[in-house]
Amino acid sequence: MSTPVPARIDRRVAIKWMLSAGAGALVVGLPRLGAGAAPAQGPAPAGYGVDPQLLAPHQAGDYWPLTFTDALRRQAAALCDIILPADEHSPSASAVGVVDFIDEWVSAPYPACAADAKVVLAGFIWLDAESVKRFGAPFADASAAQKLALCEVMAPEAPAGSPLGEASAFFRRFRNLTATGFYTTPVGMKDLGYVGNVPLARFDGPPADLVEKLGLTGEVAW
Amino acid sequence: MALVTIDSLRGPYDAIVIGSGAGGGQAAYTLTMDGARVLLLEAGRNYDPRTETPMFNTAEQAPLRGSATPDKNFGFYDATVDGGWSVPGEPYTNAEGAEERQFKWWRARMLGGRTNHWGRISLRNGPYDFRPRGRDGLGFDWPISYEDVAPYYDKVEMLIGVHGTHEGMENTPDSPEGILLPPPKARIGELLARQRGRGIGVPVIPVHRAVLTRPLDWVSLPARLHPGNPKAQRILAEDMQNRAACFWATDCGRGCAIRANYQSTTVHLPPAMATGNLDILAHAMAREITVDPLSGKATGVAFIDKVSGMEHRVGARVVILAASAAETARILLNSKSRLFPSGLGNSSGLVGKYIMDTVGADVGGQIPLLENQPPHNEDGAGGLHVYTPWWLYKEQAAGKLGFPRGYHVEFGGGRSMPVGFMRDFVEPEGRVGYGARLKEDARRYYGSFFGFTGRGEMIPNEDCYCELDPKVVDTWGIPVLRFHWKWSEHELRQVAHMQRTFSDWISAMGGTCEPLEKEPLRAIRQGGSIIHEVGGALMGDKPSQSVTNCWSQTWDSKNVFIADGAVFPSNADKNPTLTIMALAWRTADRILDQMRKGNL
Repeated sequence: MSTPVPARIDRRVAIKWMLSAGAGALVVGLPRLGAGAAPAQGPAPAGYGVDPQLLAPHQAGDYWPLTFTDALRRQAAALCDIILPADEHSPSASAVGVVDFIDEWVSAPYPACAADAKVVLAGFIWLDAESVKRFGAPFADASAAQKLALCEVMAPEAPAGSPLGEASAFFRRFRNLTATGFYTTPVGMKDLGYVGNVPLARFDGPPADLVEKLGLTGEVAW
Repeated sequence: MALVTIDSLRGPYDAIVIGSGAGGGQAAYTLTMDGARVLLLEAGRNYDPRTETPMFNTAEQAPLRGSATPDKNFGFYDATVDGGWSVPGEPYTNAEGAEERQFKWWRARMLGGRTNHWGRISLRNGPYDFRPRGRDGLGFDWPISYEDVAPYYDKVEMLIGVHGTHEGMENTPDSPEGILLPPPKARIGELLARQRGRGIGVPVIPVHRAVLTRPLDWVSLPARLHPGNPKAQRILAEDMQNRAACFWATDCGRGCAIRANYQSTTVHLPPAMATGNLDILAHAMAREITVDPLSGKATGVAFIDKVSGMEHRVGARVVILAASAAETARILLNSKSRLFPSGLGNSSGLVGKYIMDTVGADVGGQIPLLENQPPHNEDGAGGLHVYTPWWLYKEQAAGKLGFPRGYHVEFGGGRSMPVGFMRDFVEPEGRVGYGARLKEDARRYYGSFFGFTGRGEMIPNEDCYCELDPKVVDTWGIPVLRFHWKWSEHELRQVAHMQRTFSDWISAMGGTCEPLEKEPLRAIRQGGSIIHEVGGALMGDKPSQSVTNCWSQTWDSKNVFIADGAVFPSNADKNPTLTIMALAWRTADRILDQMRKGNL
């Protein structure tokens, strides 16, 4: 099989998000739950429950208390904004509430979130310690170049158990949380080019010039 | 909908229907539109999609950006409430510890049941699908043929509204002219899949889904569906006018406030309620069917009022089980009496046997041709627009495939609204991408991911069954189900074929496929997880070899009928819901006929 671009797609990675609008494919995105265990006998305690209010917009902290200290919020914001900085298309991650989302996530009572919380909180401790060791200041107070240098330490993939394994796993997880928080906001969706979620009188299919560009004009049969 | 309470029950009824989903909704609709007085028991709460559906809510407005959690297994905005892979107070067990030997049981506890969140894919079984054993010697044949069910497929499609086309493909029935609604236009990735599928011999055609792509023909359809019944025609004409056509936004899995797609709560129950013949009781957990100790006929249903915890009994001429295949088996097994010591309907010992799910496997990839698209709206009908029906009948007959039975292919991907946890990244080699480059990459790659989902036929086997757990009971003291599960080589070989096909297809689209899971038992989705649970009370020709006759009427008790997937002797690759509804309508027609003749 040809590989036209250097690409790395984890198993299950490509599936989760892209199928969220496909009702027929709803089940595709599910994580495998309860592997090897007896079926769960009830919901996790203190979550939003099995019959939450779906319509009213929700705020982080509505269902469970947030746990970031001010110092952690500063650190999270600093890291978020290196991961997704402002550019000519959209503001930075921390400017659109991503820190609140990550705080909500790592504070949530669900097992997957609790597992992430361990990774994230340990990563924060490591990152500050590394920043102090290298630059004499915690991460949030480091210069832009110093922050970037620290991210360059974490960004290369490192196998679990290797010296930078945990830092790399933390960075990946934190990057995914940042991207999730950002690209689900109105500005993030606009930046991606998502233009749906509006009622239409007709569904016209893809733009004719795109169809033509991809050589698919002959496929439009109905 | 205004429901009745324990105190306002008007029994005895002509019929009690247990369960309000596709089968129960259809049975209640057919019976009440023809004048029968029906009590519908629902184990969950009342639910009104018109007022409860989060139609335009964004992920940002949901906890955890709408991600799936143990409380909301399909994400925050999924229509299902009070249900999922586990239901508080209502455990079930598995006999084996290994994941591949376990059955995952999805249950809804709400009015309309699982129809509130289903995929709306509405495929007819074909003629072969009713006589699978006759074709390859495996599993069981149905005691009915496609021709028996076809008129009911027509009726259901007219009632619920299904879009699609006539393609004349083998064992993939067309509908009569004038029934299907126009198909939605294919999305860009779907067009590419169609073009490149041709090169590897895989056809792509418009899917059939229960979504109104235009308003229903309320002038002519009511008379076709209810000839000679002016009251039913008037009620249905009025109700059809209250269903809007799809406005091409929001995921169908949330439910539909404008009633543009089929849910029992958007299609079956409103007109049934308008007849004045339907009482719906929520929070009513059926425990057992009560039986006359002399005749063996059912006298009614004993149920728990979940609000008070008290048990009540209500009487009826006919009892119709539509609680979902496994729950129906559970109720039958729990209906023990002197005449039926091992449970009602279980004189053959076959209640709970031969439960089936659909064979599922997924392969996704990234398609460079789909990068950097101009922004455009791909929401469409809230689900897939095209699919691939099983296409290798001749190769299979020639013995070239190494497995029996087929699968169809569903497509996903594209420019859907970001909801839930985002993991779609094409990383720079060996690095976690971030910074300005990540933003550029997100714009470039958004919409370039495409996935294929196989949905295949499982053959019923002796190792897949449910029984009452000898020890475990639910909150109300009712014995719960214990499942046994084991895939056979047939399913595992089919999954391997799916993986090869999808991998080839992604390559043909110029894309990069995700790494394939090499272990078939890991590649196949866990039993039950496709939520196409059928079997457990199979219909057949002989009382010794089946639980019901060809009318879904139990051999043991002639006024007990089944209107859900429990009676399926096989589970074709076609999603079962449309067939459940067609059989439920047919069974309800039979009940009406037998009531008129004084036989019930």
